[in-house]
Amino acid sequence: MLSHFSAALLFALFCSVVFGITQRSQPRKMFHFGAYCFVLFVGGVILASWLMWAIKH
Amino acid sequence: MATTQQTSPAKVSPPSVPAEKSSLPALVLLVAWLIPGAGHLLLGKWVRGLLLFASILGMYLVGLALQGKIYVPNTGDILDILGFLGELGTGLFYMLARFFGWGAASMVNTLADYGTKFLVVGGLLNIIAAVDAYSLANGRKAS
Repeated sequence: MLSHFSAALLFALFCSVVFGITQRSQPRKMFHFGAYCFVLFVGGVILASWLMWAIKH
Repeated sequence: MATTQQTSPAKVSPPSVPAEKSSLPALVLLVAWLIPGAGHLLLGKWVRGLLLFASILGMYLVGLALQGKIYVPNTGDILDILGFLGELGTGLFYMLARFFGWGAASMVNTLADYGTKFLVVGGLLNIIAAVDAYSLANGRKAS
């Protein structure tokens, strides 16, 4: 069974692939934009997690 | 004494890259909606098509594995209708889920809520991919 974090990682991966392919025209830029989206997704998850932890404590 | 004529190279503007066109953009859009990535495959974009198929199928399978809710349109709840429209974006996958009774009728825990989000967002991603294939087919997107 997936944990919340691994589910979020898979979500970020799949979304980043689609965003990269559809939002850019050249393969190199597709890869860069997909990686950028993935970092933003995962970074956002980690940031939100720490924020919720800080609110709780 | 013979003079040599030096010919300066003519200034020629670089040829514009012709956009790939398909005779049937609407067909590409329909096929891309029904089967994720198939529109790109029709246009010869094999790698993109397979990546899109794998990604949207992955969203769909994870959604089902997490017991995500399969929305139906006739409950009268506006949120259910929106969820239905999102999941309908997966095309044939949604129809298979309805036909075989896959997924859950309601969300019973947090992970099922996650699963429902996977199913809805997978449908929305497929709509983006289908529109991208349509733009490639009608020449609006160069490559």
